[in-house]
Amino acid sequence: MYKYDTYDQAMVDARVEEFRDQVRRRLEGHITEDQFKPLRLMNGLYLQLHAYMLRVAIPYGTLSSAQMRMLGDIADKYDRGYGHFTTRQNIQYNWIKLEDAGDILADLASVEMHAIQTSGNCIRNTTSDQYAGAAADEVVDPRPYAELIRQWSTFHPEFSFLPRKFKMAVIASDIDRAAMKLHDIGIQIVRNDAGEIGAAFYVGGGMGRTPMIAPCINPFVPIDQFITYSEACLRVYNRYGRRDNKYKARIKILVHELGKDEYTRQVEEEFAHLLSQNIEPPLAELERIKAMFADPPFEAGAPDELDRSDPDFALWVDNNCVTHKQPGYIAATISLKPVGGIPGDASGEQIRLMADLARQYSFDELRVTHAQNIVLPHVKKADLYALWQVLEANGLGTPNLDLVGDIIACPGLDYCSLANARSIPVAQKISQRLSGKAQEIGELKLKISGCINACGHHHAGHIGILGVDRKGVENYQLLLGGSEAADTSLGQITGPGFDEDGIVDAVEKATQVYLANKEGGERFLDTYRRIGMAPFKEAIYG
Amino acid sequence: MKILTGNDLKTGAVTWWDGVQWSLHVEDAVDVGEHADTILAREMAARRVNAAYAIEAVKDEQGVRPAHIKDRIRAFGPTVRPDLTLKPADPTAGDWVI
Repeated sequence: MYKYDTYDQAMVDARVEEFRDQVRRRLEGHITEDQFKPLRLMNGLYLQLHAYMLRVAIPYGTLSSAQMRMLGDIADKYDRGYGHFTTRQNIQYNWIKLEDAGDILADLASVEMHAIQTSGNCIRNTTSDQYAGAAADEVVDPRPYAELIRQWSTFHPEFSFLPRKFKMAVIASDIDRAAMKLHDIGIQIVRNDAGEIGAAFYVGGGMGRTPMIAPCINPFVPIDQFITYSEACLRVYNRYGRRDNKYKARIKILVHELGKDEYTRQVEEEFAHLLSQNIEPPLAELERIKAMFADPPFEAGAPDELDRSDPDFALWVDNNCVTHKQPGYIAATISLKPVGGIPGDASGEQIRLMADLARQYSFDELRVTHAQNIVLPHVKKADLYALWQVLEANGLGTPNLDLVGDIIACPGLDYCSLANARSIPVAQKISQRLSGKAQEIGELKLKISGCINACGHHHAGHIGILGVDRKGVENYQLLLGGSEAADTSLGQITGPGFDEDGIVDAVEKATQVYLANKEGGERFLDTYRRIGMAPFKEAIYG
Repeated sequence: MKILTGNDLKTGAVTWWDGVQWSLHVEDAVDVGEHADTILAREMAARRVNAAYAIEAVKDEQGVRPAHIKDRIRAFGPTVRPDLTLKPADPTAGDWVI
């Protein structure tokens, strides 16, 4: 894992003291809320529906045990005993007091964490593959490249006031586990025929009110030029992105309006210019970072077999664990989606337990997934049963990864001041209604957003749900056919919306159509793509 | 009726104008009639409330009820965590929101 050097620590410590002083001045009345608001947002502090909300950055979703433990302690000490893991691989606390904000940031800084780049029109926290460094299918570990982006983008003076927020994701596998093509810039680290490492750039994707899939504008940028290329992409956007209309200010609109070819031409022109400016970080820095992401000391020859005699354990292994690059090891996902639970929520106690389990069983490492779960990336197979028993005993052993109960849901109108409808109760009802059929239904990615901003990724759900406000009453639109994997697609709205109970019925009917029509090993998405919308509409509205 | 709501500057807690000060309980809210702007300007300048605004509400036998569900959830708390609302002991309290 990356360890702060003296520069990193000094920057974060200085920011803590700066913000502590800004809070003091606000509380004493030296600055107004209008003056203070942009300052608190630069430190991840929002004013939400019930209180201040603090969003803490978890770069590329990677955490140490000590960091995870601190997140649990903050939940208990400053909040109401829980935190909410988000679709940006971050964590949010919903009940923060302004007067505590400086102390919280200081506690975070003590474990090399902060809340910078979690709000505002800057380059946000970079996301990545939750199995990075463990996946058997990756070209390289993508996290050193994400870390280099973090260092390049943090407090970048040219990109601190972009036309709009800017989200980047980095992966290194053909299987996309980070919704890479639905980011402002998605980068896939690739290896060419000559064996050289490079970066494929996908630019102009996003969800929100105008969902778009990012086109590939350059399939291979040499890795020792990828920051320069990123700078070129940002610079063209910063120059021509629309600042006159918030709803047209994201880079996807610029790429769409200019056209991929013209945008690419301008980026390449800027790139050629920037190459002459020699702005790329020295390769030595990348090598320094890469050294911190070296493999942990895996045990050579660790047994590769599992005792599957306990059927509940076997089910959890089949659903929640994936193959590891190292024989004898496995990557295990801890579901934060118990049946009828609140997606992504974990108590302070559970957070500390997961930290302890990571220390004991996963070389001190955890990952937050964009699907709001936690991964222990390097578990020895010989330890897996003991690990599972602890998880199961503490409500963390739900075997539902990528099944119908593994629902992504934004906080919705229960917490968020932007939301138009509640997301969580809908997720809970669907989970309760359909989890009994989860194994029969198989892979089904269900995603719920409480407003058009799409924090719940509804456009990319095999089944998506969008909550809207219809004359002061919650109403839910149903979408089918989305995907945020390598086969990225955007869901299509089925028709008129439903009330809270109606949307649960509609989802159940959609699964019934799938089960009645599936062929062979088809997933829900495969069947939908083969038979189209009509049979689903007929069942839902007929 | 028109009532005023905002957040406590220090704690962020949702508050309601009761005619004299800011209360945690929506049932204390009073009709401010045409005086909303005056009260809001005065109270925010004095930092007794933050990000305050006026909303429509009705008063019936159950008390003061904000017209929009968003403000009813602000008044009650998250419907999915009754233990964190102002009425954690009342299992039906959330019905008021919907």
